[in-house]
Amino acid sequence: MMDPPPLPHPGAAGTAPFGRRLCEVSENRASGGYRVFSLLDREGPEPLPGQFYMLTTADHWAGAGERPFLPRAISVAECGPAAAGTRLDFLVEGVGPGTDRLCALQAGEGVWVTGPLGNAFAEPRRLRPGAAGAILVGGGIGVAPLALLRRRFGERNVPARVLLGFRNELHSGGLDDLFGCCEVRLATEDGHRGHQGYVTDLLAAMLAGDDAASAVVYSCGPPPMLEAVRALCADRGVACELAMESPMACGYGACFGCAVPKPDGTYMRLCVDGPVVGGEQIAAVTHA
Amino acid sequence: MPSFCGIALAHPVLNASGTYDAIAARRVFGDAVLDDFPFAAFVSKTITPEPRAGNAPQRLWETPAGMINSIGLPNKGLAGFLAEDLPQLAELPVPLIVSVMATGRPEFSRLVEAVGDRNEVAAIELNVSCPNVHSGLIVGEQPAETEALLETLRPLTEKPLIVKLTPNVADPAAVAVGAEQGGADAVSLINTLKASAIDPARGAPALGAGHGGLSGPAVRPIALQQLRAVRAAVGLPLVGMGGISRGADAAEFLAAGAALVAVGTENFRDPRAGSRVTAELAQVPSRGVVAAPVLDL
Repeated sequence: MMDPPPLPHPGAAGTAPFGRRLCEVSENRASGGYRVFSLLDREGPEPLPGQFYMLTTADHWAGAGERPFLPRAISVAECGPAAAGTRLDFLVEGVGPGTDRLCALQAGEGVWVTGPLGNAFAEPRRLRPGAAGAILVGGGIGVAPLALLRRRFGERNVPARVLLGFRNELHSGGLDDLFGCCEVRLATEDGHRGHQGYVTDLLAAMLAGDDAASAVVYSCGPPPMLEAVRALCADRGVACELAMESPMACGYGACFGCAVPKPDGTYMRLCVDGPVVGGEQIAAVTHA
Repeated sequence: MPSFCGIALAHPVLNASGTYDAIAARRVFGDAVLDDFPFAAFVSKTITPEPRAGNAPQRLWETPAGMINSIGLPNKGLAGFLAEDLPQLAELPVPLIVSVMATGRPEFSRLVEAVGDRNEVAAIELNVSCPNVHSGLIVGEQPAETEALLETLRPLTEKPLIVKLTPNVADPAAVAVGAEQGGADAVSLINTLKASAIDPARGAPALGAGHGGLSGPAVRPIALQQLRAVRAAVGLPLVGMGGISRGADAAEFLAAGAALVAVGTENFRDPRAGSRVTAELAQVPSRGVVAAPVLDL
């Protein structure tokens, strides 16, 4: 069994400064039915693809009904150098009091940030010696971490094909924002663009081709999609890494809330043992 | 500089057991965690005789000004703790308090003897109150059971024994009296309040174990009242906790009679909450300094 991708070494790129820090919102724009907001991080290092941050707005975090209370774990979608630090872009969909509040952020507001946290996607050759390239499979809001991954692969001349799936036009947030520069094969459930059906249909077809035999699959999306990707890859003997989600209070190993079952009946903490998990590390991606 | 059961501490703020994993924090944040450790002493996650995987997900549920957890005491067991975790915890720059829990007196004795034997350990906290494990309620609900447990454990170690009380009883002061009469050195309170949530999407219990324990600012007034009741009933030093997230909260517990305070759920929101609460506490005016009553409306 492959070891899980390690956490970055303390002091290296991707290692979080100790504690939370206040960052300023520089922009918040609509992207499909989602929002993309940017923070200016004056202290932290550049994150690695797959890493996440724990986010709390400085003001009005406890809204009506005294929620949200806990910080929210959000994967970084893009980043880059800014005038006085690092720009961090997050793709969010308002699905509850925490993400609703993040969606409503205004430029100039403060956000408490802890991170970057968790491990990161590994390069194809680290997962499979002789790997020819990468296949990125994203669904819905889960396309976020794949945007940064695709750009990093591009910078390192790692061949990467991108397959993205969306329910409908409203849920295609991030597509033009984060993947506007590159060739993407699309699947939409309502058929308004690309293949009508699931993105896993596209993956199955691609893995059936000879040229896919030496690829490595990287995926993030809703649990049923991730499970379909994991099962397809297991069936075809293709190495895969899945960026998973779990309810999480702290993000740094303190709360033991983000338990993901391992095949031996024990659990991993997704915040420190993930969020990127090798397909062989889990028996299945479970979901309610 | 406070002294607690003979242990010199730099300040009065600890962590609540199970709300801070110093080993994981060091893995995530590096040695900055050691250089600026947030707590005056570190209280470990509860250790049980054998390894435990913990409860099935879902383990967390956010509530108004708080959260319910149903973690289920995952830990490496006594042998795994002594071999793997204790050497790393010994590198912390503060005294180590190890939390232990067992389902019966023989197993509790085994834990206390083995942990108390180690020079790295300054004190032992007895978890008789975790509401997530059915057997954990039994001792801590009964004053006589608590007293009998302490009478069994007291001769086994010279290390201070701290009894962590459950709030899920009608009269926590009576249990504290049992702990005192059995030979406890201190009492800590409160543990989490037994609580449930229904997932509106499914119309079914949200947590994998069906129920869990409520913590966070929502429980603070309850914790304060239980602390006052226990303060009135026993002479032991008290570690007060329950929803402390600011220095002003900590000051309330100290004013109500706690010798020390512990930060719990706030650690999840702020990895350096202990340092922040300590710094804020130092800025809280002591009683008598404020000239006129301040209305907090």
